[in-house]
This record gives sequence, C-alpha cells and structure tokens, in this order.
Amino acid sequence: MKKNNKEKQDIGKVLIQELTGGDPQNRKKRSFWKVIEIPALAILTGLIFGAIMIASTSLTVYAAFSEGFFKGLGQAFKEIGTAYWALFAGSIGDPSAWVAALKSGDPVAIRTAFNPFLESLVRATPYIFAGLACALGFRAGLFNIGVEGQLFMGALAATFVGYSLHGLPAYIHMPLAFLAGALGGAIWGSIPGILKVTTGGNEVINCIMMNYIAYRITTWLLTGPMTRPGTGGMPLSPLVEKSAEIPQFFQSPIRFHLGFFMALAVAFLVWWLLFKTTWGFDLRTVGINTRAAKYAGMSIAKTTILGMAASGALAGMAGANEILAINHTMAIGLSSGYGFDSIALALLGNSHPLGVVFAALLFGVLKNGATKMMVVSAIPIDIVTIIQALIIMFIAAPAIIRSIYRLRKPKDETVTTVKLSSWGGGK
Amino acid sequence: MAPILQLRGITKKFPGVLANDHIDLSLKKGEILALLGENGAGKTTLMNILYGLYQPDEGEILVNDKRISITSPTDAINAGIGMVHQHFMLIPVFTVTENVMLGSEPVKFGDFLDRTKTSQKIHEISKQYKLEVDPDDYVKDLPVGVQQRVEIIKLLYRNAEILIFDEPTAVLTPQEADELFAIMRSLTKQGKSIIFITHKLREVLEISDRIMVIRRGAVVGEADPKKADRNKLAEMMVGREVNLVVEKESKKPGAHVLEVKDLVVTDTFNQVVLDHVSLDVHAGQVLGIAGVQGNGQTELVEALTGLRKSISGSVTFEGKDISNASPRAITEIGSAHVPEDRQADGLVLPSPVSENLVLCTYYKEPYSHGIVMHHDEILKNSVQLIKDFDIRTPGPLTSVGSLSGGNQQKVIIARELSRPIKLLIASQPTRGLDVGSIEYIHKRIIQKRDEGCAVLLVSPELDEIIELSDRIAVMFRGKIIATVNADDISKETLGLLMAGIVPDKIEKKAKTSKVVETTF
Repeated sequence: MKKNNKEKQDIGKVLIQELTGGDPQNRKKRSFWKVIEIPALAILTGLIFGAIMIASTSLTVYAAFSEGFFKGLGQAFKEIGTAYWALFAGSIGDPSAWVAALKSGDPVAIRTAFNPFLESLVRATPYIFAGLACALGFRAGLFNIGVEGQLFMGALAATFVGYSLHGLPAYIHMPLAFLAGALGGAIWGSIPGILKVTTGGNEVINCIMMNYIAYRITTWLLTGPMTRPGTGGMPLSPLVEKSAEIPQFFQSPIRFHLGFFMALAVAFLVWWLLFKTTWGFDLRTVGINTRAAKYAGMSIAKTTILGMAASGALAGMAGANEILAINHTMAIGLSSGYGFDSIALALLGNSHPLGVVFAALLFGVLKNGATKMMVVSAIPIDIVTIIQALIIMFIAAPAIIRSIYRLRKPKDETVTTVKLSSWGGGK
Repeated sequence: MAPILQLRGITKKFPGVLANDHIDLSLKKGEILALLGENGAGKTTLMNILYGLYQPDEGEILVNDKRISITSPTDAINAGIGMVHQHFMLIPVFTVTENVMLGSEPVKFGDFLDRTKTSQKIHEISKQYKLEVDPDDYVKDLPVGVQQRVEIIKLLYRNAEILIFDEPTAVLTPQEADELFAIMRSLTKQGKSIIFITHKLREVLEISDRIMVIRRGAVVGEADPKKADRNKLAEMMVGREVNLVVEKESKKPGAHVLEVKDLVVTDTFNQVVLDHVSLDVHAGQVLGIAGVQGNGQTELVEALTGLRKSISGSVTFEGKDISNASPRAITEIGSAHVPEDRQADGLVLPSPVSENLVLCTYYKEPYSHGIVMHHDEILKNSVQLIKDFDIRTPGPLTSVGSLSGGNQQKVIIARELSRPIKLLIASQPTRGLDVGSIEYIHKRIIQKRDEGCAVLLVSPELDEIIELSDRIAVMFRGKIIATVNADDISKETLGLLMAGIVPDKIEKKAKTSKVVETTF
C-alpha cells in the first residue's frame, strides 16, 4: 500500500516535469531560453544590420558626415530612430495615441489608435496558416515547397463555393467555403505525396511543378469559366456572397476579422494533432526516422500522403482566408509570396505551431510597419524584406549567431533540427 | 632495455568527464600490450592522444626516451606511431598500391606517379611479415581480413615502429582473427611493438604479452596473461564481480512457434540473398544463427519481421501463415524484434525514453484511446520499465539519443520483453556493448526462454551463440549449411562452418539432427 503511494508520487513528479519542461527549477528557465535563443538573437541581429543599411543608404547621413564625424553619427542615429519608430508606430501603434484615445473615450478614436496593431494581426493571419502548412510537412520529414500552389487551389475552391451557392445562412456558407478551400489545398498537396509513395518521385520537384500548374489553372479559370461577367476579360472572379465572407469585427477601414482567431484555433488543433494523438506520433516518427517507423509497424505510405494532404489543407486555408476575409474575389495577384515565406516561418518557428504563430506575428508586424516607414521616412519597403531575409539567414545558419554572440553549441542538436528526407536522406 | 614508448601522467578532461586520469603506460620493444577496458573507459581517448587527434591537458609522451609533442597524425607517423582503425580508412575503388601510396606518393619524371616502386615495396613488406596481398587488387574486391592487412602494410610502408590496433577483430571471422594474431606475432618478432585495444577477454589472454586494464579513465591494474583468468580480468574491467557464464538449464523444447520453409529473398539488385532457408524455433528454445556478418542474416531477420518481402517459401507462426505480413501484424501476434542496428531501426533518437518504450504499442490501450494518446499512461509505463530493467537515464523524458549504447539497448530490450510475447527475434543484441550490459542482456534472453518463449538469436559473436543457444544454425552465403545441437559442436568446427567448410561428420550429424527435429 505504502509502496503504491510512493509510486503514485513518482508519477506525479514526472508529470510536473513534463508540464514545466525540466526537473530542477533552473533547468526550466534554461530550456526556455535555449529554444528562443537563436530566433531572438537572429531578429536582433537582423534589425541591427537593417539599421546599418538604413544609415548607409541615406544621402543626408553622408552629407552630415562630410560636416563632421559626430554630426554624421548623430544624423545616422536620427535616421535609424525615425525609421524604426515609424516601423513600430505603424505596426504596433503609438502609445501616446492610445492613451489619448482611451482618455477621450471616443470609440472611433480608440479603434483608430489600435488599428495599426489590429492590421498587423490581419497581415499575420495568412502567414499563420501557410507557416503551419510548411511546419507540418517538416515534422513529417516532407519539404512542402508547394504551399503557394496549394494556396491558389484552396482560394479557387473557396471562391467557387463562395459565389456559386446562394441563399445559404452565413453560419453554413462561410464554414463550407472555408473547408472547400482546405479541401482544394489538400487534394493539390496530396498529389506530390502520392507520387512520392508510388514512384519515389521527390516531393520538392513535384511540388514546384504543381505550383506552375496551379498558376496556369488559375489564369485559365479567371479568364474563362470563373471570370466575372462584364469586366471585359479582366482576370477576376465574381464576388463571393456576403454569407460566405469571414466577418470583420469593425467598420472599414479596420479590417480585423474572425479569420485571425480561426488561425489560432487551427494552430492549436495542429499542435494537438501533432503532439497528443497517435496520428501525430506516426507523423513525427516517420519524419525523424523512417526506418524506426517502419520497424514500429507504421505505414510510411499512408503517413506521407496524409501528411502532404494535411499540409496542403492548411495552405488551402491560407488562400480561403484571404478570399473570404479580405479580397472577397479571386485575382491572379492573390498571394504576395506567402507560400515561399511559409518555409521561412516554419524555420523561424522551429516547426512548432506556437513558434509558427509568433513567427507569423513578427512577419505581420514587419510587413505592416514597413508601409508606414516608407511614408514617414521615405525608406523603401524593401528594407524590411532585407531584414526578413537576414533574420531567416541567421536562423538557417545558427553558426553565424553562435559565433557572433559566442554561444556554445547545444549538446543535443537533434532536438532542434528537423530532418528532411528529400535532401540526400533517400526516400 | 628502455621502453620504446612511454606515457607519463596523461590527463584529458572533457566537459563533465575526466576521460584520462594521470595514465602511465610504457611499451617495450617487441611487445604486445593489451589495453583492456569497457566502452567509454577512456581507451580510445588515450590512443587518440597518442595519434595526435587530441591534445592532453597534462602529461608527456616519450618515444625512445625523447620527449615529443604530437599535434597531428602526421607527427605521430613521423614519430613511428601508426594506427589500424576499427573502420578501415581505405578507398574501395583504388588498388592496394594506390591506397598504400596515398598521402606520400612517389613520383618519377616530374609529376608522374611511380606505382612500380610502391608495389615493389609492398611485395617486400608482405614477404617480410607474411602479409599476403596482391598490390594490384582493388580494395573493394578484397575480403575484410585482407583489407585489414592493407591497413597494416600502409603503416609499415611509412616505417611505423609502434602499431596501435583498435578493436581489430570486431569485423573478422575466428579464422581471420587467428591469421591476424599470427601476423601480429611475426611483427613483434621482427622488432615492432604493438598496442592492442579490445574488450574481448579471450583474445587478450591469447595474444598479449602484458595486459593493462583501464576503468573510468584510470589504470586499475596490470596482469600477466599467463596467470590471469577471465573472471578476474572481467572484474577488474567492470569493477564488480561478473558472471561470464550464462546459467542455463537444459530444457525440453516445446511446440513449434516459428517455422520457415524454403524462404527465398532477393535484394534490391535482384540478387538472391536468402537461398531456400528452412528453420524452426520451438517454445523454450534458443536457436542461434551463426555466421560472419553479411551472409544473409540481416535479410533473414527482416523477412521474418515483415520488413522485407520474400519471393517464395513460407513463414508460419504457430501454424498461421505470416509470409509477407506487415510488421505490425507480426508484432501483434506476439513476436518481438531486437533489431541489429538499434539507432537506425530500433529507436527514435531525438524522442524521449518514454515514447521509445511504447514505439510498438503506442496505439493500443491504455496508451491511446482512439487517436488520443494518454501521455500519463505512457509515462507510468516508462517509470516502471526504467525501474524494472535498470535503465540509467536522468528521467523518462530524456531523449534516448543522449543515453549510452548499453542503456539504449536496454530501452529496446525493455520495450520488447515487457510485452506478452511468444517469439523473440534478437539480432546482435549485444553489439558494441560493455561486459556489464552483455551479462544483463544475456540473462534477460535466457529468462525469456525459460518462461517458454521461442528465441531466434542472430550474432556474429561465436561466444555469444555458443553460450546462449540450444541449437545452432550456421549461415553461409544466404544458405543454412548446417543445423546442430549446441552441445554437439566445438568452436573450431563452428569456425570452419562459418567459413563455408562443411566437415563430413557434421554434415551427417546435421542431417540426422534435422530429421530428429522434424519428428517433433
């Protein structure tokens, strides 16, 4: 009896360990820092390099330097300050404006003051879906570089359901259109999966080809069967029905919509599937060690196809979200490279759903703030793209960050690396 | 006479580990010194220091009474120190000559390679030390034993006086090992000195002039091979009393559990790798499959566990046909598999111990209900198994990859043996493990046999096969060339069988014993 009790205690202790992520108190802190160490330093370093670039491309800084070193330095810091302040105010908001708005109590003023932040969330939403798509693929050892194509196919499906069905109540029509988007992406994504299983064809190559096919199908549909009547051949689809739209919470111009919370819910669902179900266990095991998965009796074929389909479904949701919440119509310029940014997001988020959400928020903030930065300080929006690229580079090559900040290499590298079977790992 | 090599107070620290703790060693000219120790005792670190791959934190190295510093393998070679690595450093598509000259190529007419000069020298060396090798053969065409000779020639070609052999017999048949020992003796007779690293007691007693035992980075003692006995040495190595002989009562075998008839399997190039293999394993019996690695054992185990498809023939489990069934189906009828390559097949290294312990049962109650996994049950199970099987791990959530080899293997053994099983297929269950772990795993396997489980044991280690098996089948080039009772056969005959030579009387005996078995 006593012994039993003791055992129970042991198990209790172990459970606490799992929840806190380590057994001695200090290890908990360290492991948390370990996880965010590289991404955090990469972001910081990216911003520093961005600052150098802002200063070194500014003519006024050069002019100031010609008058004296300290004058030049001062001007450089001023420029950087203005630019990053604009970036911050444009993406998060101006704290003094918040205070003023809250004091005035005027709901319109409050909404306007908080809009920059809300707009960042809007920008982040497709990134969450697309990043999850790529992360899920990584977990299964699949490099789904076809997120872009799956996103287009998902958007097409959502658009079609959105405009072709009439008279449905919103609580049926919107979810139906959204799920149609997921299905469209899933079908498109499963094709490279099936090809990999049946023929051994590399999913990276096939995904890229599927992207091209998706673009051309989109062009054909938008200029042919799905074109909006009366636009004279403009590649635009009809507008989706009001009932299919993902509702926005406030009046225009605030675009903040339900899709953001749907993305968070989907991220939670992906986390649950990956880490709490047998399905996710299969997926992760196949992703880490195909041979051990086979030994354990898992079906590599089934897992590969399902993994690609699920990844595609998430990509399709990204497309559906953009159509149903923002654009309300399908156009060729639907995606500003979400599919390719998704790879960066998955890397940045260490292929963990929570990490992907944070990475997507960062991207949303940067993209949104860049617009304001351009307006205020005439710094081209491209500087943000460069900063993003630098951050990704530093994350992809952690050795750079480690050598800059003199960090020690973690003993157990395997924990953080996701193995990709496509790159030299055989099929 | 002054020793040719002296190490004084060699100390090497790694973060958290004292790999070498003030080690003193001296090697006389013409001597074979055996360095005995478990895996992780610090033998390899010491030799890597001697070979210039690591720098010692303290201590000095003297060659011929002269203090030298060795900072790279080149320094070591210049000082006359050469190393035969466990994994050969040869280029398969080059000839013997090309491999030997690699790194110090003689040239003629400016920049043209002088192969003739090298091959002449190889001829001389091979004659002098009885190292038979044809300099014009391609390395890829040579048997492993001959490849090892090429490695030795490489060192002699570079005028090495001190030769270090790192676990040289791991890849050899018993006969090849004997040949190697003859070569080692002829080397020392002609004035070369040898350090022989191993954890195999039998070999140490057979070949060495002096034995030095290392444990946890420190020298724990020296022994004279003429006087020392195996148990004493094992005790020195492990630090406690070790029972080397597996106690096993003879038992009457029970019913057929696994029956294999005329199994044919081909590899990816359509070469026949299993050629009409037939065998049967009974409940409460260990059938050992002996044979040099690469004679079809891997493929046999894969075919029996569903990892490889067979072309023809049948596999039945308690009368049910399981030919080409899926791995999961085979697992579910009560078959357990300890795979040959534990890191590649048996474990998901970055995953926690707890998940690895349910790798084959995670989808069943109580670990899962529907698709939802019950992590608390998985943890409970792992806490229990860690205790029962004495797995040394910081906790159930530690990644398996960070455990030692012995404990990784214990995770697999715990997972496979804790299930209700009727058949255990164990492929090289003690490969690369230390004496303590081997003892433990052997005990567990015999315990399973005594409980009435049928065991198919595959191992290239003759000692292991002889000690554990009730019956022994010898595989050679994809065929089972003899099946005999373990009590009726000598080690020498087994060695011959492993080399593909079937003595007359064995053949008869094998046939009769086969007949006897089929009448069960």
